[in-house]
Amino acid sequence: MKRRDGDGVNRERRGFCKFLLLGAISLVVPGEALGAANAKPAAPGWYGTTYKPTEHLYGMGIKVDRCIGCGRCVDACKKENNVPDEPFFFRTWVERYVIDEDGEITVDSPNGGRDGFKGPVSEKRVLKSFFVPKICNQCEKPPCVQVCPVGATYKTQDGVILVDSSWCIGCRYCIQACPYGARFLHPKTKTAEKCTFCYHRIVKGLTPACVEVCPTQARVFGELGKIASPLSRFRRMNKIAVLKPHLNTEPKVFYADLDMEVR
Amino acid sequence: MKNLPTNPMRRMWHRIPEQVRHLLVPCVIILGGAFVARHFFVPADFNLYGHYRASSVVENAEREIKFAGSEACSDCHDAEAAVKKTGYHQGVSCEACHGPEAAHTQDPEKVKPYVPRARSHCLLCHEYQPSRPTGFPQIVAESHNPVKPCITCHKPHDPKPPQVPKGCEACHAKIQRTISVSRHANLQCTVCHETDKQHSVLPRQYPPKKPQTREFCGGCHGQDAKADKDIPRVNMNTHGEKHLCWECHYPHMPEAH
Repeated sequence: MKRRDGDGVNRERRGFCKFLLLGAISLVVPGEALGAANAKPAAPGWYGTTYKPTEHLYGMGIKVDRCIGCGRCVDACKKENNVPDEPFFFRTWVERYVIDEDGEITVDSPNGGRDGFKGPVSEKRVLKSFFVPKICNQCEKPPCVQVCPVGATYKTQDGVILVDSSWCIGCRYCIQACPYGARFLHPKTKTAEKCTFCYHRIVKGLTPACVEVCPTQARVFGELGKIASPLSRFRRMNKIAVLKPHLNTEPKVFYADLDMEVR
Repeated sequence: MKNLPTNPMRRMWHRIPEQVRHLLVPCVIILGGAFVARHFFVPADFNLYGHYRASSVVENAEREIKFAGSEACSDCHDAEAAVKKTGYHQGVSCEACHGPEAAHTQDPEKVKPYVPRARSHCLLCHEYQPSRPTGFPQIVAESHNPVKPCITCHKPHDPKPPQVPKGCEACHAKIQRTISVSRHANLQCTVCHETDKQHSVLPRQYPPKKPQTREFCGGCHGQDAKADKDIPRVNMNTHGEKHLCWECHYPHMPEAH
């Protein structure tokens, strides 16, 4: 049905819509195709030049029997990564396990262990007690990445799980999905935050801040794929366990001397 | 089927049943719209390495470094590094006590490093805490030279105590506490643990020895032992059979079962 207005100009609405749609598509499609063909890593600075992420696969070892619960790792992590000071935001933290004679387990982590631990926690006779440093397990099959609706958290080629804070919509789904409680929502930016293995340090050959300051070398950082790395030696020389292995997340944080009661 | 257009394309279009045609139009509009929107809203580097923005990796990697690493410290402070290398604190990174010093390495004149002098700082590691691993040197702050700053006696870079620890409890605090309320409270550690004098200086190079045989315990607890009468006796031939004594009795708390 043609509709002509008084001035005789053809203002057919359908034609106009078609023209608009086809025009937009014809503008975008060649551009997309060209872009896809020419896509090269946006490589400002070091990335893609000297550092080759595909040649690395990072992991961490934690020797529970060496941890003295001084909390220097928690303190260093907060300072290195500008983690909010409030006592409920941690990228890494230390838990104290106290197992008394009846087998009752008490776990506490005052201020994440940052100010050290004070006094005994149990009135009963203690069977054993120890500290367990906790951190993001940098899972090989990360549930947090799986649930992110926008691709704001991801596994890099070198095996580290990172957050794209300018892309994160703050839906908190990843915080719910993490079985290790390793994530939190930053109170100011309202985006998800987590341990990055100090990605900005490790790509430059430094160790993560928590590993750097640990006075008893309870934490070991290194390459998983290379035989001659501190971590490979750590895995060779110790009996190793990971947290919640039944969840099939394949953590890349390996614990030595881990007690069965640790969750 | 009358009035079919002469243009072959249009003719094909009109061959499609009308209800399908009407559905096709919004489908094409929505799909095309999504395609156009994707072009404007998804960054160019989004699917480069995976389902994420490739430049986000760079953003993460370019964040500021606060801890310089102990290698950077020893570049200038080689005297301190040399002292520390042979002392008990050889494994303790400089920044574990001095805090993040990357700014100091950039401008050593302007930014001075943090120097902890308070007693409370040393106690973060060395205050007695039953959860700490045995063998780690610990003190009870209330009784160990109260109020006096630690650094008056111990040099932090080489924290050798002014005199070699007199007793074993300086390091083995947990065992000391256990044994002090047990029947073995009056026994010197060296009765059972033959210990080289060097152990208190180089603990890991000279580990103390432990009893190896049932007969060692039988020296006091056997029926023919020449020890004090009040010491409980067992018949070493029938009691416990093939087990070693410490498989049932914890020597530091022997009355516990």
